[in-house]
Amino acid sequence: MIEATRTNDAISAADIEANAASWFRRRQFWAWSEADQIELDKWLAQSLAHRIAYWRLQGAWEHSGRLAALRPPASESNAPSGNTLKAAVKIAAMAVVAIVISASMAAYVLTPREKAYAAGLGQRQTVRLADGSQIELNTNTALRVLDGAPARTVWLDKGEAFFEVRHDIARPFTVIVGEHRVTDLGTKFVIRRDVDHVKIAVVEGRVRLEEQGTTQRPALLSRGDVVVASGHTISMLNRSTRDIANDLGWRHGVVVFRHTTLAEAADEFNRYNNDKLVVTSASVAKLTMNGTFRTSEIRQFTEVAQAVFGLHVENRGHEIVISR
Amino acid sequence: MGRVAGPSETGKDAEFLENAAANMAEVGAWFIQEVFPLEAALMQFLHHNWRNAGDIADLRQDIYLRVCEVAMKQIPRPAKPFVFAIARNLLIDRVRRAQIIPIDAVADLDALGVPVDEPGPDRGVAARAELRRLQAAIDRLPPRCREAVVLARIDGLTGRQIAQRMGVTESAVSHHLDYGLRALADMLYGETAEPRRPK
Repeated sequence: MIEATRTNDAISAADIEANAASWFRRRQFWAWSEADQIELDKWLAQSLAHRIAYWRLQGAWEHSGRLAALRPPASESNAPSGNTLKAAVKIAAMAVVAIVISASMAAYVLTPREKAYAAGLGQRQTVRLADGSQIELNTNTALRVLDGAPARTVWLDKGEAFFEVRHDIARPFTVIVGEHRVTDLGTKFVIRRDVDHVKIAVVEGRVRLEEQGTTQRPALLSRGDVVVASGHTISMLNRSTRDIANDLGWRHGVVVFRHTTLAEAADEFNRYNNDKLVVTSASVAKLTMNGTFRTSEIRQFTEVAQAVFGLHVENRGHEIVISR
Repeated sequence: MGRVAGPSETGKDAEFLENAAANMAEVGAWFIQEVFPLEAALMQFLHHNWRNAGDIADLRQDIYLRVCEVAMKQIPRPAKPFVFAIARNLLIDRVRRAQIIPIDAVADLDALGVPVDEPGPDRGVAARAELRRLQAAIDRLPPRCREAVVLARIDGLTGRQIAQRMGVTESAVSHHLDYGLRALADMLYGETAEPRRPK
């Protein structure tokens, strides 16, 4: 299996690479049988150089999927692709149906109402759409939903929401957050809007992220991708399922801290409560902690701060000051 | 595709093969995660230190081979200093072995240092740079090739579906995809700023 090492003297690196591409393409995009796999395994076993060339293409392909922003520029899509053609046919068909339906009914279908939903401080709310899609609002969140016929649109005006979308190509589901548009491609995702930035994390499936008014190509985000968009800059990182699940603790009414600084933990609690935690000194702010707390249980948190870190906690009206 | 002179499949051999396969998968994952991302720096190093640009692709392959042989025994960590040490030794060997290579083939043997790891940009910056790089790579593909790659990568179509969608033969799709795959790897890992001309 690992016998051959340098059988490459006669064959150039470029030839090997061409063969590797051909194998990878066949395996990835064409019908693939057990016999094919046996043949591929043989070819791979012939030389380490074969294996390496194959890995290299595989790596590049996987890589391009995670970072993919591969849609052709809009200027070149003048010839309708099959997809848009199909969509156009569907829309035309829907239009015909709408004309057949009585006038009042058609008027209702064609002018769907925007509905507003909100969750107050420390509250949560779940919105269910007719198609089974679900939106969970976290504390201090406001959004509007237009559950229309050609498209489903949500405006996240403030706060944080978790989206579990029934994917439907004919009725795209788009969330608009300031300048950014997030379009579902079969997905569960969470979006948090803060004053100066937007954070999008994909829990399952994929979404497409676009920025309005720029020529930037859309970015495709997959499971585990977390994007923070601030102004016109976007940074992306990939996080473990566990980290993302922790960030979604609020769906069960908890906050989960892992190596979280006291300052960050205080900010997190302050999103949910009227009484605000205040951390006075930089040295206290930098202490890190782990733990899971109910979002409303500030007292439990301050007890930990007292007991574990030996800090001083003082209630001053609606402020709870933590200091040395 | 050729014959294999492998050991016969008795119980021991099967166990050996299983272990070897597991090990191989681990080495493959290590290459994808840690070695190929060094390729841009490695190619720069080779271009800088080797006069004959025509040799570079084969040099790279030989470096990867040596790296792989060692990794199969034990995966070296961290990867970077190890890969560059292998590269340096290989260049020195080549000069010593082949007397037909003029002495100035290698610019300066003593200066074949390993590029220093500078404090990296934060992950966000790196991810943005990667994203730009990928976009640029896609943009530079020939239009039909790009269309095939996008249909495969974004829409997840099979070869046959791509052929139907583009209204071309399946062998034309194969050609586009093969070329696109290789060009993507080259541009992503930084060998060339431009894709090769399609043959």
